[in-house]
Amino acid sequence: MNQAHRTPSTAESETARPSLADLRARLAAHPGIHGPISVWELRIAEAGRRCGPEYADAARVLLLYAARADLDALARVYRQGTAAERRAVLHALPHLVAGPDALSLVEDALRTNDTRLVAAAVGPYAARHLDPHNWRHAVLKCLFTGVPVDEVAELPRRAHADAELARMLGDYAHERTTAGRPVPEDLHRVLTLTEPTATPTGTSGPSRTSGTSGTSGKES
Amino acid sequence: MRIFDPHIHMTSRTTDDYEAMHTAGVRAVVEPSFWLGQPRTSPASFLDYFDSLLGWEPFRAAQYGIAHHCALALNPKEANDPRCAGVLDELPRYLVKDHVVAVGEIGYDSMTPAEDTALAAQLQLAADHELPALVHTPHRDKLAGLRRTLDVVRESALPPDHVLVDHLNETTVKEAKDSGCWLGFSVYPDTKMDEERMVAVLRAYGLEKVLVNSAADWGRSDPLKTRLVGDALLAAGFTEDDVEQVLWHNPVAFYALSGRLDLDIASPDATHEGNSILRGGE
Repeated sequence: MNQAHRTPSTAESETARPSLADLRARLAAHPGIHGPISVWELRIAEAGRRCGPEYADAARVLLLYAARADLDALARVYRQGTAAERRAVLHALPHLVAGPDALSLVEDALRTNDTRLVAAAVGPYAARHLDPHNWRHAVLKCLFTGVPVDEVAELPRRAHADAELARMLGDYAHERTTAGRPVPEDLHRVLTLTEPTATPTGTSGPSRTSGTSGTSGKES
Repeated sequence: MRIFDPHIHMTSRTTDDYEAMHTAGVRAVVEPSFWLGQPRTSPASFLDYFDSLLGWEPFRAAQYGIAHHCALALNPKEANDPRCAGVLDELPRYLVKDHVVAVGEIGYDSMTPAEDTALAAQLQLAADHELPALVHTPHRDKLAGLRRTLDVVRESALPPDHVLVDHLNETTVKEAKDSGCWLGFSVYPDTKMDEERMVAVLRAYGLEKVLVNSAADWGRSDPLKTRLVGDALLAAGFTEDDVEQVLWHNPVAFYALSGRLDLDIASPDATHEGNSILRGGE
């Protein structure tokens, strides 16, 4: 998933991975059928079996980028996409949409219980544009569903001095403790970041596996 | 025992079932689209269902270490409702998706002209998309239904070795085998096949191109029937290799015709993505 976070130029420079040109060539070598969808959207659908599952995320993001997909196209690919295609659209948003107009896609993904989509939804685009209320709920949802908070882009900046987030985290920790259940370690980590004395520009450390197991799980 | 259930409607099953299936040895399933008991009234209802088979259901299955693929189609029963026919126009954009490994379930329910049209059109869609087809054979008037099914298959662009005719029994197995199609048997608590009759059919007709499924859904059915058939085969003197051929290699070979089978499943404990179904921490 990390490779999908990279910009196309970064992915291209990685010698261990196929270059953008390679991916394009590999995709172009299989013209396939067109049917009711455009060729590049067909390539996005097929990326898993054409490029291999390990490169599918990167290939899909590169295709969206190469096609200069506009908001309508992104919304269509998302709406008509599998979970993997939806994830690619979410990863592509910060590269393709300058303003907040694609937030409805992020909000849709945050309504799901699919952790692959939730993790992709809390990337740089959400960090940039998601309003405070929905952003706090997204952080809490990560804790609920076991998405590591390392997935939350710009967590230190957005959490800094956020008293309301601190209150929500505290209430959640209290609820867990009252029920005799463990409090996820990630919760304490975010709580620390909400303190006005925390360093807002700090980068998040490596994932702590003990903090990623989720808690009540079923969010419905 | 490693099991691939080539026909099961997991949308209708619980996480308890997933857990029990994994314990029994099930590591892969194909979920063909079918009706939901309650008739649908519009194509939009199909599209949400297809999206679920490509999104939420594989996610759910992965939590239990089971690889989930799907077959998509307008099912025979609802092919008769003109309000639903529009879904045929939407199918092409779905049939290109990575985890679609067949067109199905198609076939006959009441053998009406509308079913003729939907079956022929969808066999053509399978050929166009280089996919095999999962063809349901009817419950009522079964042998006549099988013959009519095989006639339509022979007239189609899809070769018989890309077709799995399902829900076979003692009355239909011979003609189905002679057609060159793959042979599917659904093992149910009361209807369709049972474990002992399944053993007898395999003894009489051999293991080649035979697939056994639970076809478990929202009705009286049992998602562990595949395992029970495996146990019955071993008790009857079949070898472990025989059982693995029927319960694993045959379904893998059939659905691999799609070129889209991906049986790498992350261990549910190894994923960093946690889960929102297993109530970890509770």
